[in-house]
Amino acid sequence: MRYAMAIDTKKCVGCSDCVVACQTENNIPIGYSRDWITETVEGTYPGLHLQIRSERCNHCEDTPCVRTCPTGASHVIEGGIVKVTPEECIGCGSCIEACPYDARYVHPEGWVDKCTFCDHRINNGQDPACVSVCPTTCMYFGDLDDPNSEVSRITAVRRIKVLAAEAGTKPQIFYLV
Amino acid sequence: MKEELIISGRMNPHIDPVMNIWHWSIPLYLFLGGLAAGLLFFAAYQTIMGKDKKFLTSVRIGPIVAFGAIVIGLMALLYDLHHPLYFWQLYTTIRLDSPMSWGAWTLMLIMPLNMIWIFSYLKDIYPVHKCKLGFIRKIAAWIITTNDTKPEQDWDWKHKIIRDFEKYIVKDRKPLAWAMAILAIVLGVYTGILLSAFNARPLWNTAILGPLFLTSGLSTGAALLMIMTKDHFERISYSKIDILLVIIELFFITHWFMGYQAGSEIKVHTVSYFLGGEFTVTFWVNVIILGLTIPLILEVMELMKFKIPVIVPGLLIIWGGLAFRFIMVDAGQVIRYLY
Repeated sequence: MRYAMAIDTKKCVGCSDCVVACQTENNIPIGYSRDWITETVEGTYPGLHLQIRSERCNHCEDTPCVRTCPTGASHVIEGGIVKVTPEECIGCGSCIEACPYDARYVHPEGWVDKCTFCDHRINNGQDPACVSVCPTTCMYFGDLDDPNSEVSRITAVRRIKVLAAEAGTKPQIFYLV
Repeated sequence: MKEELIISGRMNPHIDPVMNIWHWSIPLYLFLGGLAAGLLFFAAYQTIMGKDKKFLTSVRIGPIVAFGAIVIGLMALLYDLHHPLYFWQLYTTIRLDSPMSWGAWTLMLIMPLNMIWIFSYLKDIYPVHKCKLGFIRKIAAWIITTNDTKPEQDWDWKHKIIRDFEKYIVKDRKPLAWAMAILAIVLGVYTGILLSAFNARPLWNTAILGPLFLTSGLSTGAALLMIMTKDHFERISYSKIDILLVIIELFFITHWFMGYQAGSEIKVHTVSYFLGGEFTVTFWVNVIILGLTIPLILEVMELMKFKIPVIVPGLLIIWGGLAFRFIMVDAGQVIRYLY
């Protein structure tokens, strides 16, 4: 099993619904967020190119955050989801430095927090909160090892890019461009 | 032109607008750790070479200062942790992939050795008859016996087990010195590897950082010994060692920048911060000019019999080492991948 997400940059309008849904679903402390919207503008007027992306932890295959954790609090669970055990985390910030996507933050209680792909919802057969609320249905979630899953089918036919591929982490969030 | 904005208003503390999860305590610790590694290495090195009777400050006083430096550094580290009460989790596991785990275990090994080292020289450096503070003599009376008839060696340990242990250590110091030398090098290299293991931070992600931080640590250690010692021969020896170390350091920095200039897009972007960009003035003034070049010139002039107060090049080298750590940690967090 290999969970992954595909996000259609042609359909995303940057409404931030996914951000709010995540904050509500996961009880994120005020002022923090596990996902966010990035807008990239390239070129010079009038030849501008705009891309809007919903970003979060990439649940990389080669996880620098887990490698650098001195206590083993950061770990990978079934399906390739990267999680943190609060009781083992000393809050040293090593994993935060190790992440090329700046996807982690220190929870006010002292441990490091991050996107979990809403594994509590996946286990009940639901989509992650961000995916389930998207008004343009630009996000697809599923198992890459299953050729019939939505995410496998769409990444097979569309042109995809991953973020900071040169960091060598093999990210598992695919942007359809 | 490419511009990237987070439009959903992400403002995670210490992450936005620029990464600043490691502030003053980490570079301070990296500096103190490197300094301690340098001091302990020289103490061990002089013992291994059989010169421990000539280099008295390095073998006797150096390790005491090193111990103090490690303790202050560890307090800074503990202060930096966001979940400090869970620090013991470091010692429930050994993770070979994690430099921080290596560092935690190295410190766990080097601190007891350092204590044994100080203990074995305690009789030589602290005759009780010189101690003016009565209450210290009273407290010490719990574990020592004094003998005022022999001014050279006026006290001894009260308990036989401590006396036997001391005899065992003092009989042959070389095994202890070898263990200390190796651990000191691991400690010095680790302060660099800690940063260089992050492939997400392009400034840090270079293998030369390990040797560079080790050299810088040894050089600050030599500079401090140079200031502390009252012996002319010892001072000149460390002055010579320091000249060599500073030249090696300049050589490493040159290679580092050359490698980045010839590297991929992100590396060229990274080095531009130091060659014309945001950190150019801070880095070149504090590290290259004040911290390395000027003390190098002063030390060479001293060898050519010019009268130079030793404190000037010594303090400049120490300042350079401190500034280097602060600039590295700061700049490393500012420079990131753009995607």
